[in-house]
Amino acid sequence: MNGGRPDAEKEKPLPGNGSGRVITIQPVTRIEGHARIAIHLDEDGNVSDTRVHVMSMRGFEKFIEGRAAEEVPRIVSRICGICPWQHHVASNKAVDGCFGATVPQAGLKLRELMQTMAHINDKILHFFFLAAPDFVLGSNVDYSVRNIMGIVQHSPELAGKVVQMRHRGQMMIEKFSGKVIHPVAVVPGGFSRSMSEAERVEMLDGSREQLEFARYAMKLAKDRIFSKYDSDTLSLGEIRTGFLGMVGIDDGALALHDGVLRLMQADGSFHEFSGREYTDFIGEHVESWSYGKFPYAHAWGEGFSMDPDSPRGIYRCNCLARLNVADRINTPLAQAELEEFRSRFGRPVQSTMLYHWARLIELLYACERVVQLLEDTSITDPRVRDEVWPRAGRGVGCVEAPRGTLLHDYSTDENGCITRANIIVGTTHNLAPINMSVKQAARSLIRNGHVEESLLNRVEMAVRAYDP
Amino acid sequence: MRLTVAAEWLNSCAGCEMSLLNMGEDFIACLRILSFVHMPMLIDHKYFEPMGEKIGFEFPEADLGIISGGIRNEEHLAIAEEMRRKCRVIVAIGTCATHGGIPALINMFSNDELFRRYYRTTVATDAADTPAVVVPPLLDRTYALDEKIRVDVHLPGCPPHPDHISAVLTALMNGEQPRLPTKSVCDTCPARREGKGAVQKMRRYTRNPRHQADKPLTEMKCLLENGLLCMGPVTRAGCAGEKGEAPQCIRARVPCRGCYGPVQKNGNQLLDMLNALASNGIDIRNLPDRQAFLRFSGAHGRLNRPGWKTRDRQQEETAGPESR
Repeated sequence: MNGGRPDAEKEKPLPGNGSGRVITIQPVTRIEGHARIAIHLDEDGNVSDTRVHVMSMRGFEKFIEGRAAEEVPRIVSRICGICPWQHHVASNKAVDGCFGATVPQAGLKLRELMQTMAHINDKILHFFFLAAPDFVLGSNVDYSVRNIMGIVQHSPELAGKVVQMRHRGQMMIEKFSGKVIHPVAVVPGGFSRSMSEAERVEMLDGSREQLEFARYAMKLAKDRIFSKYDSDTLSLGEIRTGFLGMVGIDDGALALHDGVLRLMQADGSFHEFSGREYTDFIGEHVESWSYGKFPYAHAWGEGFSMDPDSPRGIYRCNCLARLNVADRINTPLAQAELEEFRSRFGRPVQSTMLYHWARLIELLYACERVVQLLEDTSITDPRVRDEVWPRAGRGVGCVEAPRGTLLHDYSTDENGCITRANIIVGTTHNLAPINMSVKQAARSLIRNGHVEESLLNRVEMAVRAYDP
Repeated sequence: MRLTVAAEWLNSCAGCEMSLLNMGEDFIACLRILSFVHMPMLIDHKYFEPMGEKIGFEFPEADLGIISGGIRNEEHLAIAEEMRRKCRVIVAIGTCATHGGIPALINMFSNDELFRRYYRTTVATDAADTPAVVVPPLLDRTYALDEKIRVDVHLPGCPPHPDHISAVLTALMNGEQPRLPTKSVCDTCPARREGKGAVQKMRRYTRNPRHQADKPLTEMKCLLENGLLCMGPVTRAGCAGEKGEAPQCIRARVPCRGCYGPVQKNGNQLLDMLNALASNGIDIRNLPDRQAFLRFSGAHGRLNRPGWKTRDRQQEETAGPESR
């Protein structure tokens, strides 16, 4: 029992809320990170307010100040152990910008390859390890069973296959790039080593196997999960927002590594801008009750509000957002799935639970894209890095991380050391939408003081869909 | 009786947990032998379970407590203390837990400087007061776990290699003391060394060392002797795993930055490296930001704000946080 530390105390009812209860869900589980949900009930036991608190901050933007910029891509990877490649790549792009560096073609291809391969393993992790227990086992089964261990008991063959595929994917990245968690192989000016022909052939074999698995996963999920989505599931955490994601500069197609940002409003109209122009479109709002900031579209000129009934400035990121903003996908299997998805649900799709479906379409895309990149023999060109020259400058590096648009914005002094940095990570863009989805879910599930554990898990499912 | 395990992550990134999953099929085998009673990443056990009505943390008892991350705020501290009370053996997993890790770089700045930049002077942020409702207050710095609670097993690495996570779990399951690497990264590195005097000065890592990707690492010249700062001599071995061909960064042809912390638990990677370079007569004036030699081991008072001396810290500890 805790000795009465303020942090461990339960939340107090909001002022003016009478004698209402506060239900605390902490930690929010099967997500990456430290969050607490507080559901405030009024005297009749109905939801008066909810808050999703981000409970910790480490301060990367501050402590990279003074560091030599070429070292920073190996530091900021530690922002996230699940998606370190995304930070690693975005950071290198930002340092390239500061130093005015050029990157040889093979260097660009290797960067995209590694980043896209990391997407594959991430999606397998999220869908099967974190989210699937709610669907495969059921959101209302006992919490002690509702997890990957439960899946190992319930479907040992599936669990074995999933663990093996993810593991093999991780080892493929590690074998080529040395280090898969907290990578080091992307460097300012390119990539640290070239790929041999033998490595290319071996990785291509492995990637084709991953593509087969992605097809299997899509079919399995459609047969066993998505086909059973009822109207309650489709409306769980549903809110109406805009969307942000990267698309190809020339073709408006889904892009994870390089392109322009497309900021779409709920009616489907959109602005396009380069990563460097992000401050013209995005602001970051601060609330007194969360260490995480709340990015919003200040370019819409409507301010910021997380009221689910009349949101202002709110957009979403991550896979569903990327599919919504993209005109198409440049790989055949994923494009066919996108067409089916759109014919069923339209564009833009607002149902939060459809993030899971979108995630598996992206899994297919990532696998197909990796095969494409490896079929191109020019990826083995030995010229993978151009020398860089530390100098004063500014660079904004942008990629699509699994959890959304990732921006690293650095400035350097004449010695090439960081003077200022701003980093907006995927989940941060989604903090306001997550708050809204939780409020929507809690309101529809908790009525007249009736609460049970499985209902609270349904509230968490509204968070989990965003894979924060 | 299956061994019960509680796992927590504090000031960390989930990389250690990913490394646990990277045990692959060994992870599934572990699940058959271990019974996880608390692990926020994978299972739904809550502090205030089941309905959020309890006041204060309550953890289940467990044979084994695995903690990643250092201690940065009051909640981390409360969780670590509760884990210590409820677990027979505490394993500090990862360099954040053993030495502060990358997040301990913040120890070069005050909380005020951090908050001012983060909430009031960042380019896109609508300036506001620092959040203070419900969120746990920060401590004055980032601490390694053993600065605040007793730790039984230290498993450094950023992240620790899956082989060694597996070795620790296996040893503890059998009631044995885990055996972990004790040498330096250099001792596990196959790169070709020519000896003293081969290099006069260090350069920044702005171009790749000469190498051929299809040739074995034994044919690549030692990166230090290539004139690149490589922390291998002063960093604990382990990243090569039990059967790996070479340290992980070296396999990428990239120099080591010290992610396993010092070779000796209480070593100082900055002083040890400066000594090693000086005794070889190597000029390091080209390298900016030498404090970053401590980027993985900045807890235990190693990294401090400018002007902040260990003596000040001792005074503060006796006189309370307002004394400075």
